[in-house]
Amino acid sequence: MWTFIHKLGSPKWCYTLCGRLQPGFWAAAALLLCVGSVWALGYSPRDYQMGDSYRIIYVHVPSAILAQSIFIAMAVASAVLLVWKIKVADMAARVMAPFGAAMTFLALFSGSLWGVPTWGTWWTWDARLTSMLIQLFLYLGVIALRGAFGSADQGAKAVAVLTLVGVVNIPIIKYSVVWWNTLHQPATFTLTQPPAMVASMWMPLLVMVLGFYCFFIALTLYRLRNEILRRESRTRWVQELAD
Amino acid sequence: MAFDSFSALLAMGGYAKYVWPAWGLAALLLLGFVCWARHERRQLFEQLRRRRRREARAA
Repeated sequence: MWTFIHKLGSPKWCYTLCGRLQPGFWAAAALLLCVGSVWALGYSPRDYQMGDSYRIIYVHVPSAILAQSIFIAMAVASAVLLVWKIKVADMAARVMAPFGAAMTFLALFSGSLWGVPTWGTWWTWDARLTSMLIQLFLYLGVIALRGAFGSADQGAKAVAVLTLVGVVNIPIIKYSVVWWNTLHQPATFTLTQPPAMVASMWMPLLVMVLGFYCFFIALTLYRLRNEILRRESRTRWVQELAD
Repeated sequence: MAFDSFSALLAMGGYAKYVWPAWGLAALLLLGFVCWARHERRQLFEQLRRRRRREARAA
């Protein structure tokens, strides 16, 4: 176990491992997203209250789940960087941030579009929506902060601290629908209870969520390899790779 | 099948202007990230090769 973690810290070994894991995740993502999309758009039944507008859920929920999961993953990587000074952890945190920001934006955007026909408004300063908007600013802050430092090491440390502080927003998002009165409905998927939807509606949703996760993992592996090459470009193994 | 025809699918029961932009942005973002990542990788290799040639000439 410890030798495995130690090896993972070596950029070259990590580059090879990411390359080997990558194709499987790309294939799974493509398959799940294709099946999920066709199922969600064409075959899942119409909602008796919201009609077909509820089909927005199939991009809204996966992107919202990822927006939070990615930030947690970044926080874990940040902790690893601060405690063990493993540089690959910082590279991982860095490549995850833009996609996290994109997913947060997608969750807000799709939620707004859904709000117009169902709530009669595209935006309200409600606890869930506001905490999600703060999440978007946290992502943008994390991305911008890195560029504000002259030294890459200093920037990495500052970003890691901000990420660890920012992770406090995740439970606020999660429990915002419980703690405050809100327009937003409670979570669709919980670990303790079966979903309050019929199976023909939540099964494609589960497929979409898994598809988004696989896509995120595949993209992170791919971009982590890029980041490793960029930072290790002076080493001999990278130069040999280029030939 | 939840829809009778392809045009009914496109109409989304009157909610087309809400459903399709949401799905459209999702597709755009996922494809965009793939293109960006691939572009990043190609550029990196080009840079590495260029530097290699320069160093070879200097040597």
